[in-house]
Amino acid sequence: MSAATELHQAENDFTELERAVINRLQTGLPLVHSPYAAVACELGVTEQALLHTLADLLDRRILTRFGPMFHAGEMGGGLTLAAMRVPEPDFEKVAKTVNSFGEVAHNYRREHELNMWFVLATETPEDITRVIGEIESATGYPVYNMPKEEEFHVHLHFPV
Amino acid sequence: MSISTSRSDTEYVLGERDRQIILATQEGLPLVPDPWGELGRQLGLPADEVLARFQRMQDAGVIRRVAAVPDHYRLGYRFNGMTVWDVSDDAITDMGRKVGELPFVSHCYRRPRHLPYWSYNLFAMVHGTSREEVEDKASQIQAVLGTTCQGHTILYSSAILKKTGLRLRKS
Repeated sequence: MSAATELHQAENDFTELERAVINRLQTGLPLVHSPYAAVACELGVTEQALLHTLADLLDRRILTRFGPMFHAGEMGGGLTLAAMRVPEPDFEKVAKTVNSFGEVAHNYRREHELNMWFVLATETPEDITRVIGEIESATGYPVYNMPKEEEFHVHLHFPV
Repeated sequence: MSISTSRSDTEYVLGERDRQIILATQEGLPLVPDPWGELGRQLGLPADEVLARFQRMQDAGVIRRVAAVPDHYRLGYRFNGMTVWDVSDDAITDMGRKVGELPFVSHCYRRPRHLPYWSYNLFAMVHGTSREEVEDKASQIQAVLGTTCQGHTILYSSAILKKTGLRLRKS
């Protein structure tokens, strides 16, 4: 993975089928035999057209992934949000170092004094402290740990 | 962003076969008419067992759902605002629930302060096709919080540095 993926230009010219597939598949595949055929039937297209469109959206990186979305906490692992304050001249280098940790699931640059925000997912809850320590030693900057203390809502859906 | 509400009171313990299924699908579900059968062939399990394990893991909340994860920038949601709020401790649970109920808030959590650098304890993620749209949504959150909130800011993301999703390590 490259250190920084610049923001892509938004695509506004999706076909009707692409729109339908993007919207429908964000909400979840039914866990039934021939699940793609079931979704294709809902959308009124052939299974082949659905699979082809899905593969194409993944190839073009409009969809970054299609598959099970795991919940690290429920898997018995550790999960946290962490932030760093990285001086601009060091930013690329630190991003590369932070991203090299397999436990870093997402990393975003944000416009704030705390300019690097990443999600850590570890096999066990105890690993969080260890990995944070390793990132601090590898980069030379403090890491602010901001685990969720209470969850009020999670529902991510982007209609197009 | 695979952080979810826990729907189970008892923790589901992953079996070895569950782990194999997770490892085999971290990159994605096979794009073939019978994905459960295809996974079964790879893992030496009957298709019905693969499907049943998916169902159980989803019921237990280990899997939130089997779904497409879009690059939201490519869909036109170019403005991703992490709105953060300094809410008084005695009001936060009540206020967090109210903010979480707003239809445009995708994630809402209470997180620790790191004084003196970071005084915000409520995080609400808001997406929009323009900065104005995000700011308008933030002002609706502010209206809900009223006097329980002592300050807020919006952190816009300016680059995705990494996005691989949650992974189970091959241990």
